[in-house]
Amino acid sequence: MRPVQVPGAAAIETDPLGIEASQERGEFPYWLVLMLLIIGLFAYLTFFDPTYVGARRAILPGLGITIRATLIAFVIALVIGLIAGLGRIARNSVVRTLATTYVEFIRGVPMLVLIFAVALVIVPLLADALGFSNRLPQEVRAIIALALIYGGYIAEVFRAGVESVHPGQLEASRSLGMPHSSAMRHVVIPQAVRNVLPALGNDFISMLKDSSLLSVLGVTEITQQARIFASSTFQFREGFLVLTFLYLTMTLVLSLLVAWLGRRLKRG
Amino acid sequence: MVEQPAIGDNDRVVVHRLSKRFGNVQAVADVNLRVRVGEAMVIVGPSGSGKSTVLRCMNHLEVPTKGAIYIDGVHLEDPKTDINAVRKEMGMVFQQFNLFPHLTVMGNLTLAQKRVRRRSQKEAEEIGMQQLNRVGIPEKARMKPAQLSGGQQQRVAIARSLAMNPKVMLFDEPTSALDPEMINEVLDVMRELAASGMTMVVVTHEMGFAREIGSHLVMMDEGRVVEEGNAAEVFANPQNERTRAFFSKIL
Repeated sequence: MRPVQVPGAAAIETDPLGIEASQERGEFPYWLVLMLLIIGLFAYLTFFDPTYVGARRAILPGLGITIRATLIAFVIALVIGLIAGLGRIARNSVVRTLATTYVEFIRGVPMLVLIFAVALVIVPLLADALGFSNRLPQEVRAIIALALIYGGYIAEVFRAGVESVHPGQLEASRSLGMPHSSAMRHVVIPQAVRNVLPALGNDFISMLKDSSLLSVLGVTEITQQARIFASSTFQFREGFLVLTFLYLTMTLVLSLLVAWLGRRLKRG
Repeated sequence: MVEQPAIGDNDRVVVHRLSKRFGNVQAVADVNLRVRVGEAMVIVGPSGSGKSTVLRCMNHLEVPTKGAIYIDGVHLEDPKTDINAVRKEMGMVFQQFNLFPHLTVMGNLTLAQKRVRRRSQKEAEEIGMQQLNRVGIPEKARMKPAQLSGGQQQRVAIARSLAMNPKVMLFDEPTSALDPEMINEVLDVMRELAASGMTMVVVTHEMGFAREIGSHLVMMDEGRVVEEGNAAEVFANPQNERTRAFFSKIL
């Protein structure tokens, strides 16, 4: 069967690290070797150098909060993103307009500003309106902010995913008598999700990094812990080296996982 | 609103004064057709003559600009018509097969049976297996579509439609995307289907096949029916100038 070119498919990145591209060129990924050397050096300093003990002890306890906030916010963002993404291509024009407004609003405002706005303005307003206590913990507000922001980004990923499924798939299901909703649920969306798994993985990595912005709300994740430690001890080099080491280790491992997943999916 | 045509008990598909525009292009202009129960209608004509559009209107994948389609007397364009109820009685086979790549062959065959016909998994698999036997590839049930050749994929697509027990089968250039050596295995399945008395509408470029199974031949050009009649007679003695020109180029 001839491959069919579909609009939107190009937007779905499957080789973010360029590993496949470099293999095709017959190049060895030297960058990966250098990166592992850097991480190795940072790991040695963090765990075995006595001058880094203070920084390590101050920052590591924040790791749990970083991971927890990212995981919870990502799961919520997936749900929001799927709903908004399907809303973007809904046949009902009111739904489509609302979903597009949400996505464009999120994309048009810097993330830092959105985090302030959601945590300090929107959440208190909503809590008031719904009659909840206004004293939600900062971590909860921060998670809501991250989820709302990434919900907008992930909506675009899901939209591209659905548009990457060939229109013949919907036609074939409808011609068998399946209602539109059933055809979407059993035929189009399973293929769309499969197509966007690597892109979602990349969004998870971005979110892990962007969780550092939650430090502005005073959430004691690793960036906030590093800031507190550095400004109270003036050990800026130690504090930020340990912090960089933690982010870099997590993102490199995740990136390799996503790249592996992308290659596996491509092979089918 | 156009006046309702007379529809007999034997008329499975009635195409009444059908017109379809795509922007500025008049794809189909005032076409009238009648497919009777048990008949194999073959629609031929040059590319862009509107034959695929007529076929796609028959199952409401395209909505006519003007005119009406009646399937067993049910008016497709009537907003009160339950299109899914009509479609489950019709099979459609596409040029690009459109198998579901995330499901196995058996998954392709059972999905609509379960969701639309409300059959149990066991019953759907039994009927699926019968149809796979009918198209000659029962051993492929557990494979994914991508592991099959084009001809095998198209045979699975035909089996997928047959598993719904349709009253009429629509074929939209079913062999046009196939390598030449695979065309016959698909045509064989269609020959058997026609011989079994299935009502069929086939849009095709395979003239030999059209001559062989077509009980009724329709020649289209520039969105209009320029000639129709008994297939053997039209081939032997085409009346229309454009039919003659088309046959002389193709045959």
